[in-house]
Amino acid sequence: MQKLKRFAVLFAMMFVVGVIAACGQTDGEDDETNAESDTTEQANESNSGDSGEAEAVTGTVKLAGSSTVFPIMEYATYEFTQENPEVNTPLESIGSGGGFERSTKGEIDFSNASRPIKDEEKAIAEENGIELIETVLAYDGLSVVVSQKNDFLEELTVEQLRDIFLAERENKKWSDIDSSWPDEEIVIYSPGHDSGTFDYFNEVILEEKPMREGEGVTLSEDDNLLVRGIQDDPYAIGYFGYAYYLENQDTLKALAIDGGDGPVAPNGDTIQDGSYSPLSRPLFTYINKASLEENKAVQAFTEFLFTGAAGAGAEQVGYVPLTEDEYQSQLKELQAIYQ
Amino acid sequence: MTNLNKDTWSKKLKQRLRKNKVFHALFFISTSIGLIVLAMLLYRVLSQGMDTLSFDFVKNFPAPYPERAGIFAGLIGSLYLMGIVAVFSIVVGISTAIYLEEYAPKGKMTSFIQSNIQNLAGVPSVVFGLLGLTIFVYVMGFDYSLLSGGLTMSLLVLPIIVVAAQEAIRSVPKELREASAGMGATKWQTILRVILPAALPGMITGSILALSRAIGETAPLLVVGATAAIYTLPDSVFGSYTVMPIQIYSWISRPGDEWPLLAAAGIIVLLVVLLLMNAVAVYIRNKFQQRY
Repeated sequence: MQKLKRFAVLFAMMFVVGVIAACGQTDGEDDETNAESDTTEQANESNSGDSGEAEAVTGTVKLAGSSTVFPIMEYATYEFTQENPEVNTPLESIGSGGGFERSTKGEIDFSNASRPIKDEEKAIAEENGIELIETVLAYDGLSVVVSQKNDFLEELTVEQLRDIFLAERENKKWSDIDSSWPDEEIVIYSPGHDSGTFDYFNEVILEEKPMREGEGVTLSEDDNLLVRGIQDDPYAIGYFGYAYYLENQDTLKALAIDGGDGPVAPNGDTIQDGSYSPLSRPLFTYINKASLEENKAVQAFTEFLFTGAAGAGAEQVGYVPLTEDEYQSQLKELQAIYQ
Repeated sequence: MTNLNKDTWSKKLKQRLRKNKVFHALFFISTSIGLIVLAMLLYRVLSQGMDTLSFDFVKNFPAPYPERAGIFAGLIGSLYLMGIVAVFSIVVGISTAIYLEEYAPKGKMTSFIQSNIQNLAGVPSVVFGLLGLTIFVYVMGFDYSLLSGGLTMSLLVLPIIVVAAQEAIRSVPKELREASAGMGATKWQTILRVILPAALPGMITGSILALSRAIGETAPLLVVGATAAIYTLPDSVFGSYTVMPIQIYSWISRPGDEWPLLAAAGIIVLLVVLLLMNAVAVYIRNKFQQRY
């Protein structure tokens, strides 16, 4: 009986504390929302007074989507909240498709994507009365890599890539494709089916036909695992974002890809000017038009993003930023919507 | 004893002794596999993460720079989440167990419920995520909040708690029950004054172990909206949050040599919290357990 009482008291205390904490927090939230509307009013006033610096932005900017775009946005939100500590910026990393699932319902403000929006996703957005504005944050050069120990490959044509990766070509050994290549099994490392990187490769190289699977093929969502697999195997080949190649240049070799106009190796210049084709791809974020019009925090973050943060964020992770002018012109178009 | 051939006899004996030795070794190896894996895991995590682990790491929010990134948001988020899960799942779980063991008529219906609860314990966790998304996020309108995450996790661990609590109630000797009834106590009086005090340690132990499972789960929370980067703590149960496993996963998969080290440090923090919870479970069991 004694013991039960002790337990009961403990439990009651836990419960009461929990409830009080919850209530206290809700009160706090109410206060904050009040405070928020106050400051928004103030911000409006100061806006009319045209004193740009002093206004404290409050509110929430919701971001979700591609894990490829995640590092850029993490950089941007981090630096933004350093300057605007009153703004909440929950950022989720749930894949391009997951992001569109939220944004087409109007649940988030920024939908990060490593591929353009699909028609069926557009249709859902229209159905829900949501308008999404496409913007480009940076470029990524999808790099096809082999180990430094590989001594027979320096470049590949798109056709040869198909020979290697397509299931229907049924090539198991390097010598099956080119007789001057070694008589060894091809070992493939590829991002998994949920990744936008796989989607992109599948679309531009494989043209949506099934990739080889099963023996000799490793699929993983963890790009670092792909790197480790390829590093030490002279007969392995794989592909992933340029950033992962940059971090592992000492053990990996990025192949020059011939898309019809001669082989081009991925680097900052060739990715930015698009000559590393067809594997250089833009990284997007789709902005919800309604929140851009109404939400001061979204506007402030957009301005922050396109005046340096996107470029710096991209550079920090190893993507290739756009030119200053390209950011500026995108920002102007966006500002035209709410100014 | 002339029938007994000494040669066959000693041969048989040797054979049996040998067999015994083989199985002894086999079982020992089986036991060590688990231990070796655990030791390797600990060694790897500790050797990678110890240098990165610091007070700053524990109190910093995530950041795009490895040297400034920390697990604070995840740690606090996980603790808040566990608070919600504990309140909801322990209350509902123990109540369910009491109903099933004490009040429910023994029949087809009860055994149907019983076996379904056990089935529920085997459902993949991401399915609970989808369930939580539909019920808590959309139907009940809690949005992608700490509350939705907590309730989803509660559903996930509920079956484990129910089963553990049932076991605890069943282990209370029949004589105690009968004695209580013999004194003229009602069912509720018996439950409150006899069965619960005897069964509570087992129930609490089971519940804490169930919570330890919840604290390491990622999949369902990704579905109901745990963030990967957030620089504020949740301001209410309706706030945005992140938890440690999601933070760790986000670090592991990034390009760069420093990030996996951060992930290892994160795993150490997660393990410490987990071990603390398990220690509490063991303490409660040892302190309050009665043997009949």
